[in-house]
Amino acid sequence: MGDTTYVCRCEDVTLAEVEQALDDGARTLEEVKRLTRCTMGPCQGRTCRHVLAQVISRRTGVAPGELDVPTYRAPVKPVKLGVIADGERDA
Amino acid sequence: MRKSADAVVIGGGSIGCSAAYHLAKKGFRRVVLVEKRYLTSGSTGRCAAGIRQQWGTEMNCLLSRGSAALFQALPEELGCGDVEFRQSGYLLVTYEESQARMLEENLELQHRLGIGSRKLSPQEAREVVPFLRTEGMVAAFFGPEDGHINPFKATFAYARAARRLGAEIHPYTTVTGLKTAAGRIAAVETDRGTVETPLVVNATGPYAKTIGAMLGLYHPVEPERHQILITEPMEPTLGPLVMSFHHDSYCQQVPHGGFIMGYGNPNEPKGFNYAHDWRFLEDIARKITDQMPVLRDLRVVRQWAGHYGISPDAQPILGPIPEVEGYYLALGCGKGFMLSPMIGRLTAELLAGEETSLPIEALSVERFDRGELIVEPAVV
Repeated sequence: MGDTTYVCRCEDVTLAEVEQALDDGARTLEEVKRLTRCTMGPCQGRTCRHVLAQVISRRTGVAPGELDVPTYRAPVKPVKLGVIADGERDA
Repeated sequence: MRKSADAVVIGGGSIGCSAAYHLAKKGFRRVVLVEKRYLTSGSTGRCAAGIRQQWGTEMNCLLSRGSAALFQALPEELGCGDVEFRQSGYLLVTYEESQARMLEENLELQHRLGIGSRKLSPQEAREVVPFLRTEGMVAAFFGPEDGHINPFKATFAYARAARRLGAEIHPYTTVTGLKTAAGRIAAVETDRGTVETPLVVNATGPYAKTIGAMLGLYHPVEPERHQILITEPMEPTLGPLVMSFHHDSYCQQVPHGGFIMGYGNPNEPKGFNYAHDWRFLEDIARKITDQMPVLRDLRVVRQWAGHYGISPDAQPILGPIPEVEGYYLALGCGKGFMLSPMIGRLTAELLAGEETSLPIEALSVERFDRGELIVEPAVV
């Protein structure tokens, strides 16, 4: 099931890849993110970070709320470089 | 955690992990690395991960050339998977005669040291990057052996290899104090216990000063915020990293497909500031779309900030310090990730009491007291 179950749909990260990161010693969302790119796609993990937190929690016994969680970063939704560059011109 | 060690490395970035690996490889059997958050959580995981050899000082050329060779050999050396090492080149573009002259003068040095960079006309630059705007461009300089490597994969690979050789790596462990006895290092105190050790490596980048203060020392290293963004992934479009000395900017497409870009803001105050701001977003969008208008339709996915631990001459600080025996600095000062293979290796050689494979006395922290600063002309 792990090879065909996708945890992160933006970055095509499977459950098997997340399990592998945990086998390699990762213990937090921050670490799994850096090892697998899970939560690094355009949606910044709006869906997968909850699934990921549960997978890690089950493995480590640490409650999801206690895990080191990645930051949501600006811009919240992807914006074109040209739109940003022209920002003041339209104001 | 061990109660005693042969050497303790403070800092779980690329330099710390490289140093831990090289120490373990050299035969230090009980190496302990402590990191206050997770590996790569500081400057390593926030950097643009470009690796460049086109420098203007012999030391930087040799360190970066050696590091590129070690990066290239990493999968074989560490027995790890692909670390996304790519020699896709750096294209340095200039819009001013004086900058072009400075970069041209560096070519002679680079060629003497075996670095195959060359000067290009604006037309030739467009052959390397077809959508580069060349109006007003004086010249470009292309280093075909420069490139990129994934900082997470490379750092974790060093850490795993170090562990296999017996090193202990402790993330989420904060150093709270350093003990000395009779003028030499005796122990590292952490929030998870004390480790007795005769040797300590400070590989904490922008936090170097904080660790030094625990010994009553002043290290002239200040955190300097740098901001960066990444776009959505695209088909491979841009080969080399494009660095403009006029815009103080760089832009590269990484193997994943996203475009990473940033610039050095000369007005950035010193100090820790992990916040990102919208002014950066506007500035960088203008600078990059000015050079490569075709990128206007690329969407920005996220921006973030990290720090250079910058020294007064923006050059690395390596080696022992006179006040405390057994305490070593391993600081890249803005070039940490790209030089981490060599810095780790040289540090291990120093701790083993061997002759270093490069003469690095010039990078001692004592140079600042002596007023012997290193002047590297080609920095952004």
